[in-house]
Amino acid sequence: MSEAVSTKTGSGARLGIYRMMLEARRFEDRAHQLFMEGLVRGTSHLATGQEAVAAGYAAAMQPDDLTFCTYRGHHHTLLRGTPAGKLMAELLGRADGVCGGKGGSMHLTWVPAGAMGSYAIVGAHLPIAVGAAWAAQERGSGQVAVCFFGDGTTNIGAFHEALNLAVVWNLPIVFVCENNLYMEYTPIGSVTAVERPAADRAAAYGLEDIQVDGNDPDVMYEVALTTLAKARDGGGPSLVEAVTYRHAGHSKADPATYRPPEEVEQWLKRDPIPMYRRRLSESGTTEEELLQVEQKVESSIEAAVEEAKASPDPSVASTWTEVWADGGFRWRN
Amino acid sequence: MAELITYREAVAKALAQEMSRDETVYLIGEDVAAAGGVFKTTPGLLEQFGPKRVRDTPISEEAIVGAAMGAAMNGLRPVAEIMFSDFLATCWDLVANQIAKTRYMTDGQVALPLVIRTANGAGVRFGAQHSQSLENWAMSVPGLKVVAPSNPRDVIELMAASIRDPDPVIFFEHKGLFADRGEIPEGELVGDLGKAAVVRSGTDVTLLALAAMVPRSLEAAEKLSAHGVEAGVVDLRCLVPLDTQTILAEASATGRVYTVEENPRLCGWGAEIVSIIVEEAFYDLDAPIVRITTEHIPLPSSDPLEDAALPSADRIIETVLRSLD
Ligand SMILES: Cc1ncc(C[n+]2csc(CCOP(=O)(O)OP(=O)(O)O)c2C)c(N)n1
Ligand SMILES: [Mg+2]
Repeated sequence: MSEAVSTKTGSGARLGIYRMMLEARRFEDRAHQLFMEGLVRGTSHLATGQEAVAAGYAAAMQPDDLTFCTYRGHHHTLLRGTPAGKLMAELLGRADGVCGGKGGSMHLTWVPAGAMGSYAIVGAHLPIAVGAAWAAQERGSGQVAVCFFGDGTTNIGAFHEALNLAVVWNLPIVFVCENNLYMEYTPIGSVTAVERPAADRAAAYGLEDIQVDGNDPDVMYEVALTTLAKARDGGGPSLVEAVTYRHAGHSKADPATYRPPEEVEQWLKRDPIPMYRRRLSESGTTEEELLQVEQKVESSIEAAVEEAKASPDPSVASTWTEVWADGGFRWRN
Repeated sequence: MAELITYREAVAKALAQEMSRDETVYLIGEDVAAAGGVFKTTPGLLEQFGPKRVRDTPISEEAIVGAAMGAAMNGLRPVAEIMFSDFLATCWDLVANQIAKTRYMTDGQVALPLVIRTANGAGVRFGAQHSQSLENWAMSVPGLKVVAPSNPRDVIELMAASIRDPDPVIFFEHKGLFADRGEIPEGELVGDLGKAAVVRSGTDVTLLALAAMVPRSLEAAEKLSAHGVEAGVVDLRCLVPLDTQTILAEASATGRVYTVEENPRLCGWGAEIVSIIVEEAFYDLDAPIVRITTEHIPLPSSDPLEDAALPSADRIIETVLRSLD
């Protein structure tokens, strides 16, 4: 972690980033509890521990920039400004969910906030993000597409196709690999030809080798500012590998017993949220300011949970809507 | 004045018509720009619309189709070419899991006005991996519209309709028809998706056909006439949306229906249509419906083998006459 970089982040931005990380954390904790209560159905993939990546980028992005993420995407979708109540309602499969209950935990989209979808087929969204960046370039919209994915994703073909095309067309896109060291259960190192799954591939596409501490929000914010500015100024794509760790298992079904306890312990010590709290405290943010932010987040996420729980089930009739642009599902006359 | 053009010229003409009308229409694909397409379906477009709107891509089917999807999400109306429909297998995740389902999964937040054009079908001796008729792959996925024109005028009208359509369309151009000529009238041409055409009326039997099986069915119908059998031919044109009204009306009128399908037998589009007719017009039928398809085999390359595999005019005639005995 680089203190030189860290001090560049202004104190206003820092408190904002702290708030964002807390929001994401609190959201995941509540989602987990609601899952245990049987209110979140299906599955869910928590990003607990990986908040710094999402907060660093979300804080640096412009409102009309576009985020593409994965099934492990509650944090990204939330931090772009998706209303937390609507997001939680989607996890609960309720009518007021962002996708009216049709998406669920793995498929969160909120276009008004530039959250262009969480994608559940590994790798698929990289070429899609490339297309969005291509349209931004052609329309001169000034948007940048930011595409988040895991370490495991660097071994699928779509990753390579997307990077190559993005470079060849010099598109305004940032690829952010959240390297949490594991795919589902398999350590990434045991199935990857290179040591650093994303950064070591950058050279193959003529890109700068960028590996950063994904648990340091200041570092993430700085790399976000640089890579977004590069993309916006016509400098083309970047590939960022942010090394981080998920605190829980891959999904709800996974107790994560395959991870050495010492490893988990070491990473829990590097939990970005308490680390950042200490840093803010040391650099002059008062306890009162911190507590105020924490209380606000706590009550806003609680309100979101209440809002979600109060939302009714979707009408069964909505099962048959929005297959086509006419709103319906008919395939014949 | 009407003009006589080939099926392949109709592709370029349709694209030019739509790209002139709407500057958000873009064309991408392998060899589509400088080379004018490996089937020469896109020559002149680069010169007319420039290298931004007509753009060569790497051999990256997932990137081509994914880029089309992302661009459609962000304000363009892309047309992406997949050189051979067989190659759709390499990007089927993007087609079937992403493009087809995104409007639904986002409850209508995301519209995907895009077209994937692809050269489909047999007749050119390319063998099992470059000759398949894969309309039924697309037909089986909710959220995709499926178009397969049989003649130059339909190519233009249906391509224009597909590009203007707010939903994703898989547009199958038939390799075996590229050199076929047809008349087209002057001026802008736009058709409707989901309308079949009765291309020959006949009172005795009805042949339901798609793409290259349409001219083949017409040839068979002319010859059947000499045997005293008047065969109507319906060009389905689109599988999704499906013009069941025309299909049911024609089936009910003759009571004897044959599907003529280039695809291997199992789960071909004809199976779905048969089930619709049986459910909804059973009592109008005078005989069991007969499916005329390629056997359930991969396609061979050699001339006599490929000819034997595909439904031919002779096979159509024999099948019809045998069933009338
Ligand atoms: C194409 C594909 N293969 C396999 C899966 C099953 N799967 C879901 S998540 C996952 C692990 C992905 O690992 P990584 O990219 O590192 O992301 P992480 O879950 O660690 O965030 C796998 C194998 C899938 N969804 N899609
Ligand atoms: Mg991982």
